[in-house]
Amino acid sequence: MAKRTSDVGTLYKGSPGQWSWLAHRITGVAVILFLFAHVVDTAVVGWGPEAYDRVVAVYHNWVVKVLELGLVAAVLYHAINGVKIMVFDFWPLSTRHMRTLSLASTGLFLLSMLPITWIMGTSILETAGVL
Amino acid sequence: MTVEAPDRPAPTPPRGGGSRSYRGRERPAGGFELWSWLFMRVSGIVLLVLAVGHILIMHVIDEGVDRVDFGFVAARWGSPFWRSWDWALLVLALIHGVNGLRIVVQDYVRWAGLRFAVNMFFYVVGFGLFVLGTVVVFTFDPSEWPPTA
Repeated sequence: MAKRTSDVGTLYKGSPGQWSWLAHRITGVAVILFLFAHVVDTAVVGWGPEAYDRVVAVYHNWVVKVLELGLVAAVLYHAINGVKIMVFDFWPLSTRHMRTLSLASTGLFLLSMLPITWIMGTSILETAGVL
Repeated sequence: MTVEAPDRPAPTPPRGGGSRSYRGRERPAGGFELWSWLFMRVSGIVLLVLAVGHILIMHVIDEGVDRVDFGFVAARWGSPFWRSWDWALLVLALIHGVNGLRIVVQDYVRWAGLRFAVNMFFYVVGFGLFVLGTVVVFTFDPSEWPPTA
């Protein structure tokens, strides 16, 4: 597909907002699709310990734990980027500092993922029998 | 990533709410879409506490999901505070998420009939899960399964 150039850049708007818009969308869809499954697996608790513990054992598998780390990252990204969107929406003049705010929110996300990846990563490796 | 859009003012100078050249979606002028727009932001602020808190408590701190089993849920839901937290999270996350899906569907499903069908599918699934989750959160009684049984 040919790139179209607008006065702010290439394809769509070409600014950092294009990428955060896409990431916001992807993380949002991922989280709601997981939520659909998660409501069902949690509801199994109403069928007693035997049924629930069998279902929740799925979450104790190391491969699923890798996906779980992705879920945590998705929720966190969506939350932090959502705050950024609200800053732009409620204080429109802040869009003049869009690049700074985008860098700040992405930085905050990556920074908070450091300890989380350490903690959950350790647990993944322990479950996988590596540690 | 290319740095083709340096930090310069938007081509349309900000007049009033002039962020339109940078954002994908403008604030709707009124009616249902404005309420939807506002709901996403208000529920987003609440979910910042409910969802991020839930994620950190259940998946990160204190052994994370490893410690979650029937006994854990029974102890947790022994407190009305956590039952209320989880129910509020259920309701807000479902509406926020299904409304988000509606907006995504609006962008990508262009044939009106299919769009209606896809949206209806998500509304029905969302409502069904709301009912299921609500019933379980409020009727769950671990004493139906005594530990010795």
